[in-house]
Amino acid sequence: MVRVLKLELRGITKRFGTLLANDHIDVVVEPGQIHCLLGENGAGKSTLMNVLYGLYEPSEGEILVDGKPVSFRGPGDAMEAGIGMVHQHFMLVPVFTVAENVALGAEPTKAAGFLNLDETRRRIKEISDQYGFDVDPDALVEDLPVGVQQRVEIIKALVRDAQVLILDEPTAVLTPQETDELLDIMRQLKSGGTSIVFISHKLREVKAVSDTITVIRRGKVVGTAEPAASTTELASMMVGRAVSLTLDKAPAQPKEKTFEVRNLTVIAPNGQHVVDGLSFDIARGEILAVAGVQGNGQTELTEAILGLQERVHGSILLDGQELLGRSVKEVLNAGVGFVPEDRSVDGLIGTFSIAENLILDRYDQAPFARGISMSPARVLENAKSRIEEFDVRTPSGALAAGTLSGGNQQKVVMARELSRPLRLFIASQPTRGVDVGSIEFLHKRIVAERDQGTPVMIISTELDEVMELADRIAVLYKGKLVGVVPAGTSRDVLGLMMAGIPPEEHVHTTQAAEAADTTTSTSDAEGGDHV
Amino acid sequence: MSTTVSSSRPGNPQPGNAGKDAAAATVSAKPVGWKTPVFLAAFALISLVFFGLLAPNQTASFGISTGSDFFQLPAIQVNAFAGGLMLSILLLGLAAYAIYLKTRDKPVPGWLTVAFIVLFVVAFLIWVVGGARTPSISLAGLIAGSVTLAVPLVFGSLSGVLCERVGVVNIAIEGQLLGGAFTAAIVASMTQNPFIGLLAAAVAGAAVSMVLALFSIKYLVNQIIVGVVLNVLVSGVTGFLFSTVMQANKAQFNSPPGLDIIEIPVLSSIPVIGPILFRQSLVGYLMYIAVLVVWVGLFKTRWGLRVRAVGEHPQAADTLGINVNATRFWNVTLGGAVAGIGGSFFTLVAIDSFTKEISGGRGFIALAALIFGRWNPIGAFFAALLFGFADNLQSIVTIIGTPVPSQFMAMLPYLVTVLAVAGLVGKSRGPAASGIPYVKG
Repeated sequence: MVRVLKLELRGITKRFGTLLANDHIDVVVEPGQIHCLLGENGAGKSTLMNVLYGLYEPSEGEILVDGKPVSFRGPGDAMEAGIGMVHQHFMLVPVFTVAENVALGAEPTKAAGFLNLDETRRRIKEISDQYGFDVDPDALVEDLPVGVQQRVEIIKALVRDAQVLILDEPTAVLTPQETDELLDIMRQLKSGGTSIVFISHKLREVKAVSDTITVIRRGKVVGTAEPAASTTELASMMVGRAVSLTLDKAPAQPKEKTFEVRNLTVIAPNGQHVVDGLSFDIARGEILAVAGVQGNGQTELTEAILGLQERVHGSILLDGQELLGRSVKEVLNAGVGFVPEDRSVDGLIGTFSIAENLILDRYDQAPFARGISMSPARVLENAKSRIEEFDVRTPSGALAAGTLSGGNQQKVVMARELSRPLRLFIASQPTRGVDVGSIEFLHKRIVAERDQGTPVMIISTELDEVMELADRIAVLYKGKLVGVVPAGTSRDVLGLMMAGIPPEEHVHTTQAAEAADTTTSTSDAEGGDHV
Repeated sequence: MSTTVSSSRPGNPQPGNAGKDAAAATVSAKPVGWKTPVFLAAFALISLVFFGLLAPNQTASFGISTGSDFFQLPAIQVNAFAGGLMLSILLLGLAAYAIYLKTRDKPVPGWLTVAFIVLFVVAFLIWVVGGARTPSISLAGLIAGSVTLAVPLVFGSLSGVLCERVGVVNIAIEGQLLGGAFTAAIVASMTQNPFIGLLAAAVAGAAVSMVLALFSIKYLVNQIIVGVVLNVLVSGVTGFLFSTVMQANKAQFNSPPGLDIIEIPVLSSIPVIGPILFRQSLVGYLMYIAVLVVWVGLFKTRWGLRVRAVGEHPQAADTLGINVNATRFWNVTLGGAVAGIGGSFFTLVAIDSFTKEISGGRGFIALAALIFGRWNPIGAFFAALLFGFADNLQSIVTIIGTPVPSQFMAMLPYLVTVLAVAGLVGKSRGPAASGIPYVKG
């Protein structure tokens, strides 16, 4: 028995106090479709889906299932109606097994409330086989890679007979390869009759899988689009103004090499060499992008440069001076600007004001401090000019930094790091979780820093970003440098390097592949518009 | 040839696997600490020096049968010097193995630490008894007495398990025990019925817990603070009522009829096991039942799965249609009732009247047992037994006259507590959301 479900949201309005998160939104999800909700972070997509899933009660409007109005008092009701949701932050209990997580809330039981997990295991296996998920029901969730955890979430929804599956920013946590796998799974689910509501702000993915696109901006539906629409068209609908997706940057004019890393090795507490004999250099006026799948030593590399790692061997030279063995403060004072990969944990203090966050690295220096006294007026003054310069969207610098959206938080971190003369600028995942409008801005600032003659190092797991910003690309795999290649190296070559295959070897493998391409494979055609 | 073709496609398996490998590597990268091996080595050396080399050359005798058993087993005779030396060598062996594992970056398995503790306790026992003026104790009596002393601890730590597993820290165990003890005494005295007293104790414990639940869940007050305040409050109220009401009319308000020891025929005469399992008061039997019921409930039933989910990841539970705060409220209340029953043990079984502060800080020891037992009912039971054992050993050893000053022996239960909570038995990890109030959205 295959239920087919048509879902309609009519005039949904959701207010939080005076904030209007959703303003009379109408969306119709046809059965068996992948319906994309496209919009920037903070546009109101997640709020809308939480209303649909029964987590929030709408202030106005109604939800119709197969033409009949329904009211969901909680997620239980939504699930009952055939709606499943995979949240952006997974709703999995880390210390439970896959089976326990899947069973939770709808547990098959024997007499007297005793769990019947065998039944759940059987269902997991069934679904796993059907979609080729390869999930072990008895594995602990915390031991699973992120991509597999996401599959567990999908299984959770399917076990409950979800006819409509909501995926909230599902690719935000995935590597490029895992993303492609997920898109395949979505196509499979669709062909199996499940409708999908796909929430995203990543145009490439949206274009690749959607049947219909609804664009949401500032809580309102601003229009619908066909997946065939160009990315520039979609981006300008989403942002509300023309955005250029390709960065205008002049070719690099590298000067002398002032930053050198020689034979750098970082040893983890378990004895593993997480960074293994790295040597590279960066010239003034050049951007070196470090690419690689997450967890291949990037974090440890940046932490070693900054002085946050304990067991480090080798040498890190900036302007001929050794950075290794110096304290973090000394490294910062040597002119190193650093944007950490997780801004909310390492980049900002959420409960401090924006103004205070803007001087975290110089709180004890003039003009903000004299002796033991601080000058709050100067701190605020500084905030005012930084906020303007970096276009941070906030009514006041006195507000807590934690209240800002991701993109604006990142602008604050970037503003702090770039507001003093630098001898080296390191940015780790500079645009992760940042909206399109802000990405453009942040990228321009990074290039501007380069053009001022600072050596710049970018660490990114987003291949698009790497290819856009880099003057040279270094690829890390298992802590080792696979190679350093010039900008303009093809996506395929970089992809192979990220799997540990050095560039010399696949010059000819790609040639062979290209030759074979003419006769086979339609999946490459899709691969083409990934770039 | 065909392999090179497939590997050049986007989404090809190789980079995907690379990602998984990297993730797997970081998972296995949990550092293996030196703490446990070093601890074990230190204690093995202490054992070697004191229990082995410095042990008196006297025979220690451990009786294992009591007079009422239907067959008598001979007492175990051990030469303190030889026994201590042998056990110390075993302990050193275990410590060496732990160090060997550490050099190979492997964690020390749980059984090794447990075996170490058991052997260490045996070595200690032989040393203490061997050095006493009358080097003979009844092992059966020692263990049976430990169980008796452990009863309120077990109920207390079960209460802790029930609360922390749903994400509420229960510092108020002490107050719940005390409230239970007081209520059991006064109600049983007035009704002249110990069973009604027992029931009233459960209600009193639940009432204390409901205050904790209300303030920490509904009004989001810091759970530790509410707990501490509750302990002081219950202590003050019971102390006041004791000196004003109970003292004034002891016959009417503070002479509860006790719960008798129920001996199960035949079974209670089995040596060693009999007195422990089949010669208990109603509260003692309830303890065994409660441990089993809570364990089965937590790990085998739908209720338990939901409870644990609420304590680990309340938001996940919420998105699956589980009412987080209601689950928390009722579980905390249930925990209070369990602790209340434990409190009744003081006034209905152990002593036949209430006195001020009769619980004597056992609620806090129960908290330690909960952590030592890794938030598991069975673990908590054995941890509580260990504390009961230390407590009982301390009094027995003082009676037989050891060379160790009695003050040091009196420290024993607390020393064991500190070592246990310091994480001697591996890293214990509590429910992730314990102590964190849940606010929707």
